[in-house]
Amino acid sequence: MSLDPATVRRIARLARIGIDESDVPALQGELNGILGWVEQLNEVDVEGVPPMVGTGHAALRTRPDVVTDGNCRDAVLSNAPDGVGPFYTVPKVVE
Amino acid sequence: MSLTELTIADAASGLRARKFSAVELVRAHTDAIAALNPRLNAYITTTADEALKAAQQADEVLAKGEARSLTGIPLGIKDLFCTNGVRTTAASNILKNFVPPYESTVTANLLRDGAVFVGKTNLDEFAMGSANITSAFGPVENPWKRNGDDAALVPGGSSGGSAAAVAAGLAMGATGTDTGGSIRQPAAYCGIVGLKPTYGRCSRFGTIAYASSLDQAGPMARSVRDCAIMLQSMAGFDERDSTSVNCDVPDYSAAVGRSLKGLKVGIPAEYRAEGLSAEIAAAWQQGIEWLKAAGCEIVDVSLPHTKYGLATYYIVAPAECSSNLARYDGLRFGERVPGDTLDAMYEATRRAGFGPEVRRRIMMGTYVLSAGYYDAYYLKAQKVRTLIRRDFTEAFQKVDVLLTPTAPTPAFAQGEQSDDPVQMYLNDIFTVPASMAGMPAMSVPVGLGATGLPLGLQLIGRPFDEETLLATGSALEQAAGFTHRPAIRAEAAK
Repeated sequence: MSLDPATVRRIARLARIGIDESDVPALQGELNGILGWVEQLNEVDVEGVPPMVGTGHAALRTRPDVVTDGNCRDAVLSNAPDGVGPFYTVPKVVE
Repeated sequence: MSLTELTIADAASGLRARKFSAVELVRAHTDAIAALNPRLNAYITTTADEALKAAQQADEVLAKGEARSLTGIPLGIKDLFCTNGVRTTAASNILKNFVPPYESTVTANLLRDGAVFVGKTNLDEFAMGSANITSAFGPVENPWKRNGDDAALVPGGSSGGSAAAVAAGLAMGATGTDTGGSIRQPAAYCGIVGLKPTYGRCSRFGTIAYASSLDQAGPMARSVRDCAIMLQSMAGFDERDSTSVNCDVPDYSAAVGRSLKGLKVGIPAEYRAEGLSAEIAAAWQQGIEWLKAAGCEIVDVSLPHTKYGLATYYIVAPAECSSNLARYDGLRFGERVPGDTLDAMYEATRRAGFGPEVRRRIMMGTYVLSAGYYDAYYLKAQKVRTLIRRDFTEAFQKVDVLLTPTAPTPAFAQGEQSDDPVQMYLNDIFTVPASMAGMPAMSVPVGLGATGLPLGLQLIGRPFDEETLLATGSALEQAAGFTHRPAIRAEAAK
């Protein structure tokens, strides 16, 4: 499977990574190189093999639905790129 | 012996016997960092003042006879672990001013046991790399030199700063994280010991995520015993990590030096791969002879899906990274770059914040998870992953531990490898399979190659059997008598 320039632009858009038109040929070459190389997995017979979704050592746990942490608003906001009072501020999203 | 040449075990005894103070020990390391870090670039952030204050407190604890396992021991912390109040960058521009308001569980455990942090070590950006050349804070130089050649070599990656710092005497030990080899391969390139525990042994809470189903924290130090001491502190159940496994933490130091009589050591045929350098093949054979002499039975085994490990990794890891790194959007944290629209702001922020390798892996992951391709790539890779794990499970019905090389070659020079990403990925060919299967594995330095660079062998164990790794590793360490140190190090710089 080989990616064309339009697909490269679409992936960048989906990933929300800005690219210039001049970046496309190099990215296309690199991504196709990696995809061509992983094609080798096609030779593995996985008929009837379940996907591995964990190592099976940790069972999912539940806990009482109670607050275990909190009262740290200022700490949570301390790394905000922009804020007003006890709020994050974000760019206008209604266009 | 100089304070920067001691092992953690010897330094802990020396501190208890009051042969030297914690302040003296820590100052020897912070002085060494001041002298050598401008060249090696092993640390992104140094915390000498905080470390000396902590050392004073450690001396008070020592005076009261209340020392814990790591009281007063200077450690480097990979800059992927959140440290309360100390900048944590993941070697990325997008987090260049991120100061976590909380402590990762692993570093909190080390602090509980008295460790003193001297700084945050450099790494490949978001732990994505095998040579520590993708850091936004510049590459790390390996303190080792080829015979008669001053070329700057890579320390391996992604925990390259940790490996270089420990090798050069800029820390007695350091934390690393390993997703596909990021503890073991730099340990091999820098002539130190590095242990990737079983997935679930150390908490991932507070460690900046790369590929969550693979990431695992572990110790890097100059001896097997020192790794045992650090792991003892780092390991344990944490309810804040849903993949943390609630099983007892054994006495790891007790396993160091344990008899290997009757232990079955597997030699996987598939690791005699193309591209394995002759000197590493010879070191591997030597390791087999040493373990035979120590009373082990050597058994040939087969791990037939080994060759598919890397390709599987480069689907699974980018997929998980594209999801994990979606949070860096310039809204809640991270360096925001303005744009005319919301999407333009996201795109400008992420273009400016991420380096080329991280952008490449996010895009690769976005593609393999995108509609219409999920089954062909991600699901397929997860199935192959089951087969890789099954290979190990079957081998461990016959043997107790596996012995392989850690990396196909010794450290290479900066810029010596091609720009082809796939070529760079091949450095992890021997370390990735154990990561995919979640097995514990360790790299131990066993000798120097023809050009004077350290060579490492890898041990892979059963899940939660880090003790057998430590026992076997200490036998290799003892037989090898590896006391070589790099050309650039604190003691030599005096």
